[in-house]
Amino acid sequence: MQLPILSILIFLPVVGIGVLVILDRKRHKVLKIATLAISLLEFLFSLPLWFNFNSQTAAMQFVERREWLPTYGISYYVGVDGFSLLLIMLTTFLTPICVLATWEDIQHRVKEFMVCLLFLMSGMIGVFVSLDLFLFYVFWEVMLIPMYLLIGVWGNPARRVYAAIKFFLFTMFGSLLMLVAILVLYFHYGKTTGTYTFDLIKMYGLAIPFNMQFWMFLAFGLAFAIKVPMFPFHTWLPDAHTEAPTVGSVILAAVLLKMGTYGFLRFNMPLFPQAAHFFVPLFSILALIGIIYGALVSMMQTDLKRLIAFSSVSHLGFVMLGLFTFTMPGVQGGIIQMINHGLSTGALFLIVGMIYERRHTRMIADFGGLSTPMPIYAAIFMIVSLSSIGLPGLNGFVGEFLILLGTFKVNKLYAVLAATGVIFAACYMLWMFQRVMFGKVTNEKNQDLKDLSWREIAIFAPLILFIVWIGVYPDTFLDKTKASTENFLAMMEKAKSTQVSLSHVCKGEAR
Amino acid sequence: MTCTIPGFHLSSIGPWLTLTVTAILILVLDALSPKGRKVCFSWLALAGLAVAALQTIGLWGRSGTDFAGMVYLDNYAFFFYLIFILGAALTVLISRAYLEDYGKNLGEYYALVLFATLGMMLMAAGAHLIMIFLGLEVMSIAIYVLAGLFREDVRSNEASLKYLILGSFSSAFLLFGMAMLYGAAGGTLFLNDLPQRLGADPAMQPLILLAMGLLIVGFGFKVASAPFHMWTPDVYEGAPTSVTAFMAVAVKAAAFAAFARVFFLAFPALKVDWNMLLWVLAVATMTIGNIAAIAQTNIKRMLAYSSIAHAGYLLVALVAANQLGAMSLLYYLLAYTLMNLGAFGVVILVGRKKDSYLNIYDYSGLGAQHPVLAAAMAVFMFALAGIPPTAGFVGKFYIFSAAVQAGYIWLAIIGVMNSLVSVFYYLRITVLMYMKPAEADLGPVAFSPAQTAVVALTAAGVLAIGIFPGGLYNLAMNAVKIFPGL
Repeated sequence: MQLPILSILIFLPVVGIGVLVILDRKRHKVLKIATLAISLLEFLFSLPLWFNFNSQTAAMQFVERREWLPTYGISYYVGVDGFSLLLIMLTTFLTPICVLATWEDIQHRVKEFMVCLLFLMSGMIGVFVSLDLFLFYVFWEVMLIPMYLLIGVWGNPARRVYAAIKFFLFTMFGSLLMLVAILVLYFHYGKTTGTYTFDLIKMYGLAIPFNMQFWMFLAFGLAFAIKVPMFPFHTWLPDAHTEAPTVGSVILAAVLLKMGTYGFLRFNMPLFPQAAHFFVPLFSILALIGIIYGALVSMMQTDLKRLIAFSSVSHLGFVMLGLFTFTMPGVQGGIIQMINHGLSTGALFLIVGMIYERRHTRMIADFGGLSTPMPIYAAIFMIVSLSSIGLPGLNGFVGEFLILLGTFKVNKLYAVLAATGVIFAACYMLWMFQRVMFGKVTNEKNQDLKDLSWREIAIFAPLILFIVWIGVYPDTFLDKTKASTENFLAMMEKAKSTQVSLSHVCKGEAR
Repeated sequence: MTCTIPGFHLSSIGPWLTLTVTAILILVLDALSPKGRKVCFSWLALAGLAVAALQTIGLWGRSGTDFAGMVYLDNYAFFFYLIFILGAALTVLISRAYLEDYGKNLGEYYALVLFATLGMMLMAAGAHLIMIFLGLEVMSIAIYVLAGLFREDVRSNEASLKYLILGSFSSAFLLFGMAMLYGAAGGTLFLNDLPQRLGADPAMQPLILLAMGLLIVGFGFKVASAPFHMWTPDVYEGAPTSVTAFMAVAVKAAAFAAFARVFFLAFPALKVDWNMLLWVLAVATMTIGNIAAIAQTNIKRMLAYSSIAHAGYLLVALVAANQLGAMSLLYYLLAYTLMNLGAFGVVILVGRKKDSYLNIYDYSGLGAQHPVLAAAMAVFMFALAGIPPTAGFVGKFYIFSAAVQAGYIWLAIIGVMNSLVSVFYYLRITVLMYMKPAEADLGPVAFSPAQTAVVALTAAGVLAIGIFPGGLYNLAMNAVKIFPGL
């Protein structure tokens, strides 16, 4: 019998919560070590996914299926393909790092924090592996609760509640409309085929009238666009990122935002391909606005965390632009850029978190000349910044290059505009780096800051390893996504050639 | 003149008899027991409810009518019996320690709860409009008295009087509607006969429409639907908290049981008309309830407005008027019973000493001082907001899928947007509990075993039927088979 790896990945954190609950709440170290052990165990269990993954096929692998609500066509149906594999690995890889990063940072309500973290982990894995729309929706919503608590309870006292509620309501707004769209899709599928099911794979082939696709693409798209976040739905992000505790920001940036882009790739585009083609201009332009606007706003930030938050808007704009090219390099670049953004932005938030722990400020103006007291810190900061900018040899370059390549094939103007985003990225990152790191130490408090401890170096080591690996030899990762991408593009191409008559609007739906 | 009594089986109304006998027994024992030495009435009431539940389970699967066609024997009624019994039992459990605080742990309280439950059962099983009316009155009169239980308290008096006057008004509307139907149908009030009789004479159409409107007013009042909801916040706030809990769940369930049965069975021909009316009512009820709830600072008032909003969601299920909608009504009412009674259980526990902590700001810092209690409250709040993996989510999912199936996509969209609004005020409670420091030391909470059990059981139940909704789905689906027209 095959080991149900995906179920283990989903429910191991839940078991972990059970363990944490019985531990003594006063012994913080024990709680942290236990959580670290659980997250490492989770990472170990995710390794077989990586090594046993067959990159020759686009079919779902490690599939598990159990009836959940059979009369309703709802089942517990999970599986992995090239799109989700990398994101799952990213999640399990980052969680132990996040736990390590809480070592000094989180000192009150440690038990609750760890419970939230594990709960979140379970939800994130669930989102990436669900192949049943109902199941997906459940995980998608469940994940909100721990993230909301992470921001609201352990965030910055001044504005954490505002940020937490804003995060919750924004996300909920999109997902509720998606719920209605899911239901419409479900009944449409039932009426057309006679079987009622939430099975995503079965729905892929469904012929949906364009008119209906149009609205459902918008409903699903809104949920995902808010999560990505695409301009103009990004306003929750700077608040949530800035107010969240370091680890919250890391997970938010590295994994939660990817759920939006993943949602487009997994649900929106294959389910409503004609509408996806129709909306290419709109979404590409929004992505471009995001790239340039995010970069420009970043440049003007005085708060390090806000700067990185807005840079996320810009980076995710690249991902969306790549996905909407429907070309091999564009989509693959988009996927690899999701991982890149997870690694480098995650690392940047950790970097800011560490300086915040030491100085309790994140204002750029409070720093200057930090490279003198903290040389190791400066080196790591430099590598990560360059990776974020897209220096050849580091991961950011690969993703952005592929995306630009794909875009160039489709629309030269878009590619040129997007490329300016890269230049702006260099501006805001390097300028920020210069102001924080170089020159004389202007503030006396920065005079004798401690450099990174071994624990902190250990946090960055694996991140930098992958930053360089993807930059030097991206094929390791691109290979895994190849078959799925080809399959996805074939599906999209087929839909493009299928003519859909607009008059074929399902009258029964619009009663 | 000879008078023949048609045959009947007492076993068909076994649960009613049990509750009546238990209630009377409690009254008699109360009168006989010497002052100061109280018999444990709550246990007696619980025993009665348990026996009634067993009898209901024994009846499960029966079909047809009894007592000369006056009483329905069907799973729809039995499902509701179980909801009422559950609601009453949980109410009895949270009541005792609460009432003792006020020195009001009286026998008649439990007797009245049982009588009210009996009335609800009559409403759920009534096959004749007069039966339904009788049930409604038996229930309502008991609740009027219960609402005014704290005689010394002005608010309790106000609640009781307000509910009595407005309630009588609404009963009159209902009765007037029934009278018109009687005329229009040519002298019958049997639900089974109404559809053919009402279609017989086209000239009667206006009268029937008027009657239907009056019935909607009557039932709308009891389910607390806008615009007949004005009494709700005041009555919910003033009544003893345990009674409020009972009213919010069981009375609403009973009113919906009768509402759905009457409209689904008697007026299928007029579906277009009442659908339109109820569509408007549903939207108004959800919106008014949710928006008004945002402004509340008293937790009981907040829950009152939230219960109005939930009546709105349930009306959506009525509007959908399909099998799925009827099923979702049953599922949702059961889920709502669990989550709302749980929430009121926490309100009672936190309220303590004669309800001195009813402001929502009293929940500040609860998460730090009483983590388990706060976690339970958080579960109820998330459930009421409809966030998975709770029963509240599954219930809303059913209701909105029924609406979508029936083609009411806009209604579903308005419904989910209303849930979004509701998230705001439910979330605020969790914000206060976890993200705000306590304004003052809350001090110890007296966890009486029965009340703790209610909170624990309902929290577990909310999660259990949220994660594994399959069994209940099948039961409820089976129960709504009695509406073949849907």
